[in-house]
Amino acid sequence: MAEDPLLEGRSLAALRGERLIFTGIDVTLAPGELLKLVGRNGAGKSTLMRMIAGLVTPFAGQVTWRGNPVGDDRDGFCAEMIYAGHQDGLKTALTAAENLALFGRLRGAESRSADHALAAFGIGDLSDLPVRFMSAGQRRRVSLARLLVAPARLWLLDEPLTALDTGAIEQLGAVVDAHRTDGGMVIAATHADLPGRPGKVLEIVPPDPFDDDDAFEDEPDASDGLEAGA
Amino acid sequence: MTHTFLMLIRRDLLLAHRQGGASLLAIAFFVLVVSLFPLGVGPAPEMLERIAAGTIWVAALLSVLLSLDRMFQADLEDGSLDQLALLPIPLSLVVLAKAIAHWLTTGLPLTLTAPLLGLLMQLSPDAYGALLIGMLLGTPTLSLIGAIGAALTVGVRRGGVLLTLIVTPLYIPVLIFGVSAVEAAAQGFSTTAHVLFLSAMLSGTIVIAPIAAAWSLKLALD
Amino acid sequence: MHRFANPTRFLRLAAAVLPFSAAVAALCLGAGLVWGLFFAPPDYQQGDTVRIMFIHVPAAMMAMGVYAGMAISSAIALIWRHAIADLIAKASAPIGATFCFICLLTGSLWGKPMWGTWWVWDARLTSMLIMLFIYLGYMALWQAFDDQTKAARAAAILALVGAINLPVIKFSVEWWNTLHQPASLITMDGPKIHSSLLWPLLLMIVGFGAYYLTVLIFRVRAEVHQRRTRMLRMAQADRHAAMQAAE
Repeated sequence: MAEDPLLEGRSLAALRGERLIFTGIDVTLAPGELLKLVGRNGAGKSTLMRMIAGLVTPFAGQVTWRGNPVGDDRDGFCAEMIYAGHQDGLKTALTAAENLALFGRLRGAESRSADHALAAFGIGDLSDLPVRFMSAGQRRRVSLARLLVAPARLWLLDEPLTALDTGAIEQLGAVVDAHRTDGGMVIAATHADLPGRPGKVLEIVPPDPFDDDDAFEDEPDASDGLEAGA
Repeated sequence: MTHTFLMLIRRDLLLAHRQGGASLLAIAFFVLVVSLFPLGVGPAPEMLERIAAGTIWVAALLSVLLSLDRMFQADLEDGSLDQLALLPIPLSLVVLAKAIAHWLTTGLPLTLTAPLLGLLMQLSPDAYGALLIGMLLGTPTLSLIGAIGAALTVGVRRGGVLLTLIVTPLYIPVLIFGVSAVEAAAQGFSTTAHVLFLSAMLSGTIVIAPIAAAWSLKLALD
Repeated sequence: MHRFANPTRFLRLAAAVLPFSAAVAALCLGAGLVWGLFFAPPDYQQGDTVRIMFIHVPAAMMAMGVYAGMAISSAIALIWRHAIADLIAKASAPIGATFCFICLLTGSLWGKPMWGTWWVWDARLTSMLIMLFIYLGYMALWQAFDDQTKAARAAAILALVGAINLPVIKFSVEWWNTLHQPASLITMDGPKIHSSLLWPLLLMIVGFGAYYLTVLIFRVRAEVHQRRTRMLRMAQADRHAAMQAAE
């Protein structure tokens, strides 16, 4: 477990609607590691996840992958990463198998069996059912089955346990464990416990609002918050 | 990269096919708007012939406008826009693929319907070629410019109306050259200049629009 | 570049410029109006109608000029994330749209005695009308976002797309106009204008420019204060949340 970290985020800060939601977050992840993000609602778990994925630009700080800033080779990083957001990202008009095949082919992965992936989440027999007819839990499973359709080193799971029953949570735990054994890395934002081998935990705490108490009145030069990204 | 690009176009075509009706709806609207004109201005053939080109082009433009707001909206709502943005190809290519798919499902069917409407509007027989070529070159430009507007307004309150307000002024050059090509052909003049202008606009927007739309989409994802 | 991004420095600079721009605007507009309306000779063809030009032409020039300024500040805002540039673009739009509207209104008033009708689809007026729509779309886009940072980026992209498109629109409208109406309209701005009309016109143009600058400073100042108010309100909400969490 003493390998060098592949993913690093240094002093990350996020702005949401002109409001600073977190600041000074450091993330490191080496092969085989699991990082659990915790924090109260609105602390910015999803934002941090999207920031690591490259969907949100950091207000401050930098994410690096294999030692290089993610922005330098965005396509290379995207090819090694799968992001499973809190939305399922499925097309309801297509069947489970079609959704998975589409996902795999768009990422250039050939002939990984969608059935095998669905079976790992216990819905192998639903592969020909259009997603429209599925329950929230079943959709969630299809969405997670994408992790097994295209190979990727890094998995970003935003609230993966939402709508899952105990059986499915066990299955996800097993899948995550197997991925880690193969040298994969997982970041999961979740309130509940993910079964399987324990990982690191990072708690996101909101910045102290009393920190720059009278910055506005006395020294507008210092921090009006107007110099976005300067 | 090419593989992913082509797969993206196929994806949108498959979705349009499964969800059904997008092209048919655009065509129905197109025909409906054009057929309002004889009812509005009277059926005198010489009058219809005079306004044929303008009517058909304006109706085509409106049909395209109407179909734009779903270009990214559906993908944003179900979260698949995130997945598209994280594909290992530049976001501008994703936009280009989606604009091409949009054209294949609206602009192209409208172009193929246009000669039929020419018949209804007593279009001069010499003008059909110019109408077809003009629409073949003009409607992709409409899809591409529309992609910018759709990307700017995706996920925005009352996005549909705003989209129309933003995009319509930008459509005017295509309308002008499209219509004047048909009119020139009807009067027996050369349409080379018009075709060249329409091609130039298409080549310009094919470069600029995907980049501008990709920037705009990043805002929606942020 | 970033020196002026700082709002405090900007406010100081604005306070220094404001008296001058206001004075220049008042003097030039006053002198230009009196000169143009009472002392300049009437045109031998158009008579006193020509005096509308003293409002119409500067308004048209400013409508285009303000858009150009808006596009440039949008580019600066996009590339350097320059916050004051955003505010300048935002504050410019309503002023430019008003110039556009004044140009259309005076053009219409001019058209009645000249062509016997309130509106003529003349190439210039038509381009101006389209430009007004582009201004309106730009302003509506700003309004559509709650998040001001996003609104600024989106509006900046639209302003630039519009800037690329406007020459094409202008060209196509002129092409369209020559097809449908042989150019018989009198062009008022051009080198052939008589010098007795030129001086009051120049005064008016300078006056319009200074007026723009003055109003712009007022509007940007108001925007800066609004932004500060928003930051303070957010800080207030955050503190409240932190106090509650501590209890």
